[in-house]
Amino acid sequence: MSVLELSKVTMRFGGLVAVNELDLRIAPRQLYGLIGPNGAGKTTVFNVITGVYTPTSGQIVFQGDSIEGERCGKITRRGIARTFQNIRLFANMSVLDNVKVAFDCRQATTLTTAVLRTPAHREEEERVDRESRELLKIFKLDHLAEEKARNLPYGSQRRLEIARAMATAPRLLLLDEPAAGMNPQESNELMDLIRWIRDRFGMAVLLVEHNMKVVMGICETVHVLDYGSTIAIGKPAEIQRDPKVIEAYLGGA
Amino acid sequence: MKGLLTALAVIGGLLLANGIISGRLVPGVSISPYFLQVLCLAGINITLAVSLNLINGFTGQFSIGHAGFMAIGAYASAYFTVTFGEKFRQALGFLPPPAQQSLLLLTGLAIGAFLAAIAGFIVGVPSLRLRGDYLAIVTLGFGEIIRVFILNIDAVGGARGFSGIPKLANFFWIYAFAALTILIVYRIVHSSFGRTLIAIREDEIAAEAMGVHTTRAKVISFVVSSALAGVAGGLFAHYLMYVHTNSFTFLKSFEIIIMIVIGGLGSISGSVLGAVLFISLTEGLRQFAQYRMILFSLLLIVIMIVRPQGILGHKEFVTFLTKRRRGIGGAPGSVSVGD
Repeated sequence: MSVLELSKVTMRFGGLVAVNELDLRIAPRQLYGLIGPNGAGKTTVFNVITGVYTPTSGQIVFQGDSIEGERCGKITRRGIARTFQNIRLFANMSVLDNVKVAFDCRQATTLTTAVLRTPAHREEEERVDRESRELLKIFKLDHLAEEKARNLPYGSQRRLEIARAMATAPRLLLLDEPAAGMNPQESNELMDLIRWIRDRFGMAVLLVEHNMKVVMGICETVHVLDYGSTIAIGKPAEIQRDPKVIEAYLGGA
Repeated sequence: MKGLLTALAVIGGLLLANGIISGRLVPGVSISPYFLQVLCLAGINITLAVSLNLINGFTGQFSIGHAGFMAIGAYASAYFTVTFGEKFRQALGFLPPPAQQSLLLLTGLAIGAFLAAIAGFIVGVPSLRLRGDYLAIVTLGFGEIIRVFILNIDAVGGARGFSGIPKLANFFWIYAFAALTILIVYRIVHSSFGRTLIAIREDEIAAEAMGVHTTRAKVISFVVSSALAGVAGGLFAHYLMYVHTNSFTFLKSFEIIIMIVIGGLGSISGSVLGAVLFISLTEGLRQFAQYRMILFSLLLIVIMIVRPQGILGHKEFVTFLTKRRRGIGGAPGSVSVGD
């Protein structure tokens, strides 16, 4: 039983085939790496899974339900959360509110209860506040809770993006180049963090990353794409020796 | 309990102010009719500005059609009070006349708000899928369509304008609804729903990715904003006793936008300040006759150069005064601000 299963997913933009008959299967609690040279279609795979694009053909099954063609918001509520390649935080909102927005996707309050300030609404707000602060503590951001997200250093912004994604209580977390722009010290911390949240929250992680040290260091399975097609799937050690992968990255001899 | 006491205090204060202004409470003390009218129009402008700020400032969807919804509220409520007013009063004959009038006004305003909300829904559903400039142009167009549509309805006077509207609104009602609008918008903004609206303003794609149903949130915000504009329109009609579609052109929409921009988009107290400042400037500059609009434009340019984020920016008046750098409630959407 897998959390996410893509079968023969194709995404075409006019004449360009960005993703070609992709099969991908992620098991529960698995750390799954997706790599490939620039333009291989990694981010398109992300966008197809999260509902930004509807695949031209093929099937995407998440926890037993077919989800291709659904809206982003609905897919998030089903349990797929993501971060973005270029950070997309709510820049002018406080760190705490950034996390609260993500919590809200599972909230029951409506406009009327908000305007009337019913006791149920207050309780809900208090619960969200408490849980958001706990989550920030886990990500070591609690001392910055009232700071605007835009004022955070780069590494903390990346951490906040992951924290915000975790607030939606996902079963599958999609990380789009989380180590981009990080120094070796920060990317080491990131590796520990990803492993740690997987163990603590027990969800699967799909990771797109260019930093091979990070990918090879934490992923249990690595999937290599080139020109939208799979060229290899296997354990990190096998992938590093695979001649097709080496050719895709370094060019044929 | 605290909220109830505050509400009673506000209503009491407004009744007292209304009594003093009308000259009935303290003999010999009254204000000029001109000043009273300016004061009342300022109150209506506050309702308009605060409600528009919900969609433009907090949700970040630039709408230029507010006058259209105001027109719907004005005409619908006026049509009701003119056509059914007598029957309505007869049905409530057992009540004292002031209570009859108040109930008639409230029913008229409710009808105006309801129809404006429906129009907001019809306009919002297709147009809120657009972003930025496109949304602005579409709402501008819809605002004008609504106005021209009303202009061609003979039952409400057509091009002659709609006259004979009973004077039901006064200082008290205008400021009571301004206060109510501020309360509603404040509570929406400082709730989980308000947070999702601000998140949409900050980054719509990320908001959608966080599970926010962005289209629904935008439409709800637009509908609430339109309904409140409808209330303002109803008050406008029942205060001036005459409405004409010329009062609801896109220039009126731009006036409201100017109010919220000079006050600070995303600040409720900023909108109140902007509305008061706008009417003070336009009225205060009357003595310069033909140079009035030139001076007014120059002042707007100066304000925008000195404070492009608006006078209060994103902050509310209270936090602006205390000048805490990252104070509680400094950012819009913080729930830490007291009730």
